[in-house]
Amino acid sequence: MNPTTTALRAGCSRGLIELRQSLTNAGELLNHVLWPVLMLVTLFFVRDVSFGQSGFLLGTLVLPSILGMNAAMALVTMSHLLTVDREDGTLLRAKSTPNGMVTYLVGKIISVSGGLVVDLAIFLVPGLFIISGLAVGSVGSWLALTGLLALGLAATLPIGAVLGSVFTSARDQGLLTLPILGMIAISGVFYPVTSMPEWVQWTAQVFPIYWMGLGMRAALLPDSAVGVEIGESWRHVETVCALGAWAVLGLLLAPVVLRRMARRESGSAVARRRERAQRRVS
Amino acid sequence: MRYGTRDVLREVTFRAHQGEVLALLGPNGAGKTTTIEILEGFRMRSAGRVTVLGTDPAHGSERWRARVGVVLQSWRDHGRWRVRELLAHLGSCYACYSTDTVTRPWDVDELVAAVGLTEQASSAVGTLSGGQRRRLDVAVGIVGRPELLFLDEPTTGFDPRARREFHELVARLADRDATTILLTTHDLDEAEKLAHRIVILDRGRVVADGTAAELARRIAGEDEVRWRRDGRSFSRSTTDSTGFAFDLFRRHGTTVSELEIRRASLEDTYLALVRQAEAAGVGR
Repeated sequence: MNPTTTALRAGCSRGLIELRQSLTNAGELLNHVLWPVLMLVTLFFVRDVSFGQSGFLLGTLVLPSILGMNAAMALVTMSHLLTVDREDGTLLRAKSTPNGMVTYLVGKIISVSGGLVVDLAIFLVPGLFIISGLAVGSVGSWLALTGLLALGLAATLPIGAVLGSVFTSARDQGLLTLPILGMIAISGVFYPVTSMPEWVQWTAQVFPIYWMGLGMRAALLPDSAVGVEIGESWRHVETVCALGAWAVLGLLLAPVVLRRMARRESGSAVARRRERAQRRVS
Repeated sequence: MRYGTRDVLREVTFRAHQGEVLALLGPNGAGKTTTIEILEGFRMRSAGRVTVLGTDPAHGSERWRARVGVVLQSWRDHGRWRVRELLAHLGSCYACYSTDTVTRPWDVDELVAAVGLTEQASSAVGTLSGGQRRRLDVAVGIVGRPELLFLDEPTTGFDPRARREFHELVARLADRDATTILLTTHDLDEAEKLAHRIVILDRGRVVADGTAAELARRIAGEDEVRWRRDGRSFSRSTTDSTGFAFDLFRRHGTTVSELEIRRASLEDTYLALVRQAEAAGVGR
């Protein structure tokens, strides 16, 4: 067996073990369930609110958007996990194992993606019973959803890994929260972006959350719903291009940043960070 | 090696041979951890030449990495993993680096037994006691059957029995598998018991390098000889205790009883060496 095969195989088993751990640990299980349930509650309250003159219910528009937003949040999960693993020495352990970094990253990609699919299912399955008017009857919708999810992960996971390498502690990681909330607010997830000022629309279109939302709506809403979108179009090509651009950017940056971060890991670096963290607590 | 403008290691030169257990001693801040991190390939040096298993550790390949085992001072990673699961997983990363002479990785159950964690094999790593955790760290360090093993203060927090078992494990690794071991410790008894050779670092310099006996001789530490004759106790300090005892028997024959020779301990030698180095440092 050559080293690459060994690393990939070890990475897969690592990912599955981590996924199992995250689904059997009470605290994390709560995390998996909490967000989807909160979103379902939100959905429940807006299910009968109609959106302007479009003839669509807000709930119908919001369900796919939330799905897209949650998928884009893999970025935050990835970034957070990387920081935590750096703090407790998991990354250093990976560094001291042959091909450990590849194994580690493959594992993370699998466990974060797997966890995300679980989260999405927890939200989507009950959501389908609350919300009507979705175009979920065709195989095409589900294929589009799967494809978009894969593209979305390619766009967000590498960038998440980059951010996770830049922030050295879980506390610094907290700085991410505010800009992310801002991005969500303007991304047209909870209210169509066309009802916002034009400069906000332009800003929203820079980030992957908007495009994931749009892509999910394109996949799950009937064609007549396209009227509320920018340019009254699903903009499939633009969606693929925008997410593709994020993926390329991430894949170009991630190896460089990750390698630089890994090079600096050592026993004393981990110990120093731990001391700093303990000083903060006491 | 330099931090900012301060050199933390200067003129550190030593060599470890295959199958040798080398102990790195020195006061806190002497540069032991820095030295070991450079050798592990975890830290870049500012100058000097380092070769570990024929390779510069700053540019070690994955194949090189597979031949090196690392046990750092404190780990708290993988808390949710089960002991056996973690060892099996990390071991699997070494599978492609087996050679004709070394089969990698170590069989998991054998390894778990070797470090005395059979009872905890299916416990979560986070629930282990300090000593158990440390033994797991050692197990992770040797799961790939390394040719060279770094142990940074391996027995901190061990009870006497665990320490004894650990010493036996280290001796077995060095004797049977010809593993070269570089260990740092504050426990001088441990160094004396385990190490074939001892290197003492003080403020970034090597102040001594040799076997425990050689170091003692260099310091000209005096052994203490005690005996009883005609119901009276005698005691004498001498650098040549063997010759003195021979002479004693030649002169007094069997009237000498309860003969006892106490060698200068490594602790005496160590303290004398560090004191000497510090006095020299003040004079400079």
